[in-house]
Amino acid sequence: MANDRPLNQMVTAQWLLGGESIYWVAGKGWSDSFAEATVYADQATADAALAEVQEFVKQRVIVGPYLIEVEVDSDGPKPTSARERIRAAHNATFDIDHGSWTARIAD
Amino acid sequence: MYRYDQFDATFVRERTEQFRGQVARRLAGELTEEEFRPLRLKNGLYLQLHAYMLRVAIPYGELSSTQMRKLAFIARRYDKGYGHFTTRQNIQYNWPRLDDVPDLLAHLAEVEMHAIQTSGNCIRNVTADHLAGVTPDEVDDPRVWGEIIRQWSTLHPEFSYLPRKFKIVVIGTETDRAAMRTHDIGLKIVRNDAGEMGFAFYTGGGQGRTPIIGPLVKAFVAKEDLLSYLDATLRVYNMHGRRDNIYKARIKILVQSLGAEEFGRQVEEEWLRIKDTVLKLPEAEVARIRSYFAPPTYENLPAYIPEFEAKKSADPDFGRWVRANTDVHKVDGYIAVSISLKPVGAAPGDMTADQMDVMADLSDAYSFGEIRVTHRQNLVLPNVRKQDLFDLWTRLKAVSLDEPNIGFVSDIIACPGLDYCNLANARSIPVAQRLSRRFSDAKRLSDIGELRLNISGCINACGHHHVGHIGILGVDKKGEEFYQVTLGGSSAEDISIGKILGPAFSYDQITDAIETVIDTYLDQRTGPSERFIDTYRRIGIEPFKEKVYGGSKERRPAAE
Amino acid sequence: MVVLKNGVPQPNEWVRLADDATPPDGAKVIVTFERWQAERESLRQRNSAIGVSLKSDQSPLLLADDLDRVSLVALEFPKFTDGRSFSYARVLRDRLGYRGEIRAVGQVLRDQYLFMLRVGIDTIEPPAEKRVEGYAEALTEFSVFYQPTNDHRETALRLRHGLNKSTASAAA
Repeated sequence: MANDRPLNQMVTAQWLLGGESIYWVAGKGWSDSFAEATVYADQATADAALAEVQEFVKQRVIVGPYLIEVEVDSDGPKPTSARERIRAAHNATFDIDHGSWTARIAD
Repeated sequence: MYRYDQFDATFVRERTEQFRGQVARRLAGELTEEEFRPLRLKNGLYLQLHAYMLRVAIPYGELSSTQMRKLAFIARRYDKGYGHFTTRQNIQYNWPRLDDVPDLLAHLAEVEMHAIQTSGNCIRNVTADHLAGVTPDEVDDPRVWGEIIRQWSTLHPEFSYLPRKFKIVVIGTETDRAAMRTHDIGLKIVRNDAGEMGFAFYTGGGQGRTPIIGPLVKAFVAKEDLLSYLDATLRVYNMHGRRDNIYKARIKILVQSLGAEEFGRQVEEEWLRIKDTVLKLPEAEVARIRSYFAPPTYENLPAYIPEFEAKKSADPDFGRWVRANTDVHKVDGYIAVSISLKPVGAAPGDMTADQMDVMADLSDAYSFGEIRVTHRQNLVLPNVRKQDLFDLWTRLKAVSLDEPNIGFVSDIIACPGLDYCNLANARSIPVAQRLSRRFSDAKRLSDIGELRLNISGCINACGHHHVGHIGILGVDKKGEEFYQVTLGGSSAEDISIGKILGPAFSYDQITDAIETVIDTYLDQRTGPSERFIDTYRRIGIEPFKEKVYGGSKERRPAAE
Repeated sequence: MVVLKNGVPQPNEWVRLADDATPPDGAKVIVTFERWQAERESLRQRNSAIGVSLKSDQSPLLLADDLDRVSLVALEFPKFTDGRSFSYARVLRDRLGYRGEIRAVGQVLRDQYLFMLRVGIDTIEPPAEKRVEGYAEALTEFSVFYQPTNDHRETALRLRHGLNKSTASAAA
């Protein structure tokens, strides 16, 4: 479908063995870092990148590649959804020390 | 507790090796991800937002201290030092690696545990009343039947590729602590007019996108016919359940579209054909399994233990904890103790490896080495002597496992939500944490009284929001998290489905909105003995709507 | 195409016939249920063996009156996740008393093979790209069975209580 606003996208996937979220850096390979990933400003190049990484699926290195939408400002790219923000952080958003409970044990 | 014999032990070892082979074939390229996915799911392995997640089965919610120590070991070795107890009485690990899972399963098999059928379109791990075997007025012990169903359903050749997942629960009392009628099959152990024991089949309940209270399809199935009636039900479902639309594939949709009566007739027709064949349960096998659930050697104790009663009044904190966190035991001098996994600010149902080890030790010291998991994501020590209760509480306190909030508003059910889950629309755990901090005062909690607050991060309803007195459902609006509130649900014997309050709230508004709902209840109730759900049923949703939305459909501005 | 029986590759004696193809004389042919319905009388008159294939939304009860003449029923697995035919096999064996050959065709995975044998399926046509040896391996993965079906495998329950056939006959 035609879309008037600029659409910035990245390719993301997960490692097959560990399941961690990863991002495609054109010409380099996969990175754990969302900030490093290549941003594609038009649908054709994004689709081409997605097609290119299918080889890693065949080689059983990654699983489930897909395109995500990102916003780009002077600080760099940012995910446009809560889901992708959380994925990019590689962890839950709350402290995994289980709140007061473990803190109290540690006393 | 049930113990594996040579057959069970061999079987679980074989299943572990089969899965090891499936992983190897995936890594060798013999299986595509599309083919591997249902295979790994049938063994409880998901690919989530940040990593794989393994769901380990705790059949009918019962664990030994040895098993609990193994769960702690696995949390340390294959995870980040913790695990998450679920609403289906299982435990989930959030961080295992795919290539580690076969070894992890081999460790589980050493203590007679596995991850079989904790996911996938098959008969899921069976659940039961967490007070099975210790609660008074039980017609029979659901664990016996849970184990029989576990064996019958395990790698069932005919029912491993069902239209959709299939959940079975067993309870043995009129009181429903296991959300019986929200299951694909809810089994209530009953007696018929002749005094014989059997099962009432409530078939076609469920939550998810279309919440349905399971209708009574057959009032009495004799115990020797349990498996043949289950078989007949599953066969009708497997052949006629919808497979064209994932949201209409559960048995509840089939039962609704045929009508419970016609569905029951079709099952009956199939059942009459097979009931007197190989599926008839031999009494010897029931007796063999029952022997494992024989009561422990209780002491002869008086019902009234003066020093226990004295401690309750001498130490108000202890007294408050006993009132909130214990249940009556069928044997004089004993009590069933709930250990809340909902301390202030915690992730509901989460437990660290160190805490698991402590629970194992405490169960050895005070409860015959036995632990239960509840569908509300708490633990139970089912067999504690009243005279030991103060010592137990003191030791629980030392490790902060003494939160006196069972059944109160901070005893929140929450699914993992968008912090972990691939399906989620919104986070659940941080919402639960904010609410539990807002309602952290013990006096305020007990003043509000019984209030079931359940949070799901998406419409799949793993957090049971439809049947919470207050339900919170996470929804996605253009990539951002919003929360819809429902009121008036219940999962108990007075089961009801909650009603939507109005437009959804943002992540920053939801805590205030819930507080307004609860303040409205406190204003409106006839007195402290009228529970939230009773007040709601008396006055309806309108007074709550008015308070929360200020009489208009406009949302209140977000709090600072 | 190879057919597997008890994990062993066999030559395929059956020809699956397109609906517009003329049945070759003397050949064992499998026709669709639609064709069977349309040409039932003439097909019954044929001298050679007839098989009928059922799609996963076609219950074998549709064939209840014809099973005397049908030497093979082919059950289709259009996707491996569509498990209706596991129940259809049991309906054929237990309810309709069918003793002819039941064959699984379509997307038939090795990890389903043992289940298929247990519900009464005799032969399968594995997808061409799959390693045939894997199917035989799959039959060795389990020695313990919990569910009584219509195959020869004894259940854990019967073995526990000495109800298995070998013990029973030894005692007699």
